[in-house]
Amino acid sequence: MAATTTLPTLKPDDFKTDQEVRWCPGCGDYSILAQMKKALAALGTPREKIAFVSGIGCSSRFPYYMNTYGFHTIHGRAPTFATGLRLANPELQVWVVTGDGDGLSIGGNHLVHALRRNIDIKVLLFNNEIYGLTKGQYSPASRPGTPSKTSPGGSFETPVRPLSVALAAEATFVARTIDLDVQHMVGVLQRAAAHKGSAFVEIYQNCKIFNDGVFEYATDKSVKADNVLYLEHGKPMVFGKDRSKGIRLNGLKPEVVTVGRDCQVDDLLTHDEAADEPTLAYLLSRFAHDTAKDAVDPYPEPVGVYRAVRRPTYEELLDARIDAAVARKGRGKVEELFAAEDVWTVQ
Amino acid sequence: MSSPNGSPAAAAPAAGLNGTTSNGKPARQRETVDAVTIRFAGDSGDGMQLAGTQFTNTSALAGNDIATFPDFPAEIRAPAGTLAGVSGFQVHFSASDIHTPGDALDALVVMNPAALKTNLKDLRPGGILIVNTDNFGVSDLDKARYKVSPLEDGSLAGYRVVRTPVAKLTREAVAEFKLSPKEADRCKNFFALGLVYWLYERPLDVTLKYIRDKFAKNPQYVNANTAALKAGYNYGETVELLPVQYQVAKARIEPGTYRKITGNEAAVLGFVAAAQLANKTLVYGSYPITPASPILEGLAEMRRYGVKTFQAEDEIAAIGVALGASYGGAIGITGTSGPGVCLKSEAINLAVMTELPVVIVDVQRGGPSTGLPTKTEQSDLLQAMFGRNGDSPVAIVAPQSPVDCFDMAFEAVRIATRFMCPVFYLSDGYIANGSEPWKLPQVDRLPRIKIDHPTEPNDAGWAGPGHEGGGETAKGEPAAGGKFLPYRRDDVLSRPWAVPGTPGLEHRIGGIEKQDVTGNINYEPANHQHMTDTRWRKVENIAGTIPDLAVTGPADAELLVVGWGGTYGSITTAVERAQRRGLKVAQAHFRYLNPMPKNTEAVLKRFRKVLVPELNTGQLAWLLRAKYLVPAEGLCKVQGKPFLVSEIEAAIEKALA
Repeated sequence: MAATTTLPTLKPDDFKTDQEVRWCPGCGDYSILAQMKKALAALGTPREKIAFVSGIGCSSRFPYYMNTYGFHTIHGRAPTFATGLRLANPELQVWVVTGDGDGLSIGGNHLVHALRRNIDIKVLLFNNEIYGLTKGQYSPASRPGTPSKTSPGGSFETPVRPLSVALAAEATFVARTIDLDVQHMVGVLQRAAAHKGSAFVEIYQNCKIFNDGVFEYATDKSVKADNVLYLEHGKPMVFGKDRSKGIRLNGLKPEVVTVGRDCQVDDLLTHDEAADEPTLAYLLSRFAHDTAKDAVDPYPEPVGVYRAVRRPTYEELLDARIDAAVARKGRGKVEELFAAEDVWTVQ
Repeated sequence: MSSPNGSPAAAAPAAGLNGTTSNGKPARQRETVDAVTIRFAGDSGDGMQLAGTQFTNTSALAGNDIATFPDFPAEIRAPAGTLAGVSGFQVHFSASDIHTPGDALDALVVMNPAALKTNLKDLRPGGILIVNTDNFGVSDLDKARYKVSPLEDGSLAGYRVVRTPVAKLTREAVAEFKLSPKEADRCKNFFALGLVYWLYERPLDVTLKYIRDKFAKNPQYVNANTAALKAGYNYGETVELLPVQYQVAKARIEPGTYRKITGNEAAVLGFVAAAQLANKTLVYGSYPITPASPILEGLAEMRRYGVKTFQAEDEIAAIGVALGASYGGAIGITGTSGPGVCLKSEAINLAVMTELPVVIVDVQRGGPSTGLPTKTEQSDLLQAMFGRNGDSPVAIVAPQSPVDCFDMAFEAVRIATRFMCPVFYLSDGYIANGSEPWKLPQVDRLPRIKIDHPTEPNDAGWAGPGHEGGGETAKGEPAAGGKFLPYRRDDVLSRPWAVPGTPGLEHRIGGIEKQDVTGNINYEPANHQHMTDTRWRKVENIAGTIPDLAVTGPADAELLVVGWGGTYGSITTAVERAQRRGLKVAQAHFRYLNPMPKNTEAVLKRFRKVLVPELNTGQLAWLLRAKYLVPAEGLCKVQGKPFLVSEIEAAIEKALA
């Protein structure tokens, strides 16, 4: 018989499939796969109630490695298939696995509209700032100067900021985590799973082959603390090796300050993931290590939950309309379907 | 529609105004005719579609057979009075069985010079021409590119012209209701309609009820439009512009309850009925596009039947949602027209590869590119057949009339779910917008669509990989017991449709080539050959579930006229006429294009000549020649308009000369 899926507790290995994992050695995707198994095992949702839907790219092979339902679709369109799946079966927990090329370039349109509609899907965007499966071309998320096969001398396009896009698209849950920050990732994935509505999670993911080390400032233990800000709801924004730095708002401009020298902790910005307006989250989404590196006090890149608010999902709203129609005129039966206002009878 | 041809029944007593008895005046000359074709033509803002629809409803309820052809510009409001802005609605109503909206017009109503200019050529010599003379000023003539008024230069001498100052008379008729001049002018179409009702002795009650319902919130408009309609009717009665009224008797129609229906409306009902009888949720993903939008709009009104419509952000998302819903166990359907099909190609191929059911509605219009958005064409056949990367077999059905849209919508769902494959439903703008009477189906006689979703693993009796032409599993070992094999096929090569949520059947599918039976990713040469062949064979197996190609005509016919889809009405009428004249011609019509019926080759090879009328440059003819090596000759037309019966009749004569 098939492995039973109603065990009181699931183990990470229960999510393993018989397929050989084909990512390159050292790829950040391995860590994400491992943390996902841990997160789902802890949550205990039966395997058959979970579906992974992906597009095209390295990250999009993910569904083959999860022993749940899985649909490896076409480039950039995963949110649309996931939407259809949710419409057909509102009981399923549906995850979309995408990358910076799949989700932000060819599939940018669908990502924006899925988030806007608040379809109850969890979108994981593995951001390695490069095209991996096509063997090393720059992506819309590549930072200026990224050398690649199609950007000799370094790319000169302005990169897209995934979290800014998600916030502008009215996403109700927006977060960021990092492939090597395993505990943090498990926590973020569990928060995303628990969220009702669209969840968008950007995961910094190192591509060992084509863009190695691009996130080193956020993963290297010697510098990480000064470059990453861990967001906590209701807590002041403090970071740094000795937790002496903080973020203060000066007019509309956030600034990095040293606590004790420039101000007190009470003067710092307090994180509010549940704010009515996404303004604060948007300000945070603009903090970029790279563009601020020449600054005296460069911005740290915030990780954690930027925004988590409750808004009715598309599915809830559609079901409410269906219920209202049924309440008004009764559940439609095929016998009533053909009647019209103007019918006539021929004897 | 089907009913025995019969001579017109005896003239019924004239129905007077509002269904009451006649007003006591001496009866003027009455002529009984078998069938009449009329067209209302005016500016897009003149309400001609409404007038035509009302005339159609009234005629249908009066017991005539009907066929309609709305013809309107792509622009919602092209500059008033210009040739580009002319909108027309043609109605053919008859005491006998008819299949088309008619060739030549018996009567034409024109609201301005532009409508006259663009429509006059379709009016038969001696036909009735009702002209709104109020719109024939210098600038009106100029916009229609007339140097001299056609009302004054003798060019209309060959017609029976009824000059009517419609605008002026309408304003007078509604004067007491204190409308603005603009509002008063909007009642013009009802005046014109009233006049035509008088001419053909039609009762007003259907339209009076429509007016009451439509403007229920605004009694002023109810009164004004009612007054305009009656004024038009009375004007015909009083002024005696024409010495004759025409009567068209009830058609002899198969007993039953009827309604008037357009092809798109019939498709809506077909899809909902199919889903209901299959006990399934219908998910319709679509992006608004002419001429397919009425299906999305119609289904959006079907919420109490549990229908979920989804107006997607683009054409790709529309099919993505449909296919995602199918994966989830619903009936997934997407609807569009040709340009949208271009965008959906990649997702259609995902359905081919993952072997999931999905119906792709293509209401064809003139192409390529944006083409002729509001005009009809049949030029997407080869796109549906071949317009994707790789060897990509899909099923194709094509309704042949507005009413047939119901049956073929139903068939599309049946085939998709039985054979786990995408099915194209190729309608066209002509039958989608055209209407005819529809005998309401009896629910208990509709086929049930039986869908079985597996709930248990299905590896019992499976000998392991390598036995179906595929290779080995990823790790090379045979499957353990209790495994779900998503590509293990049944007798018609269809695979099991396991619905996410079912415990124990968790599996992964995708667009990468897969090993048969297990569904595992597989790049081996022999496996790809096997899977490509299997996908074709599966679609060919559909032929075992569809009716043979029927041939109508004399046993010694030399010529076979073969059509597909929406040209059925014109071809049938032409062939019937030719047969009545003793020509040795037979007819066969395709509603299933891929696969074609099993007897297709045998049918085609029985005839010396094969003529293929189609609204493209010869796509079906191309397929028939390629598949069956028959000398099929095309009769091709791409003018954004359906065939005239006379065009096909002439081609039949020529082929047999």
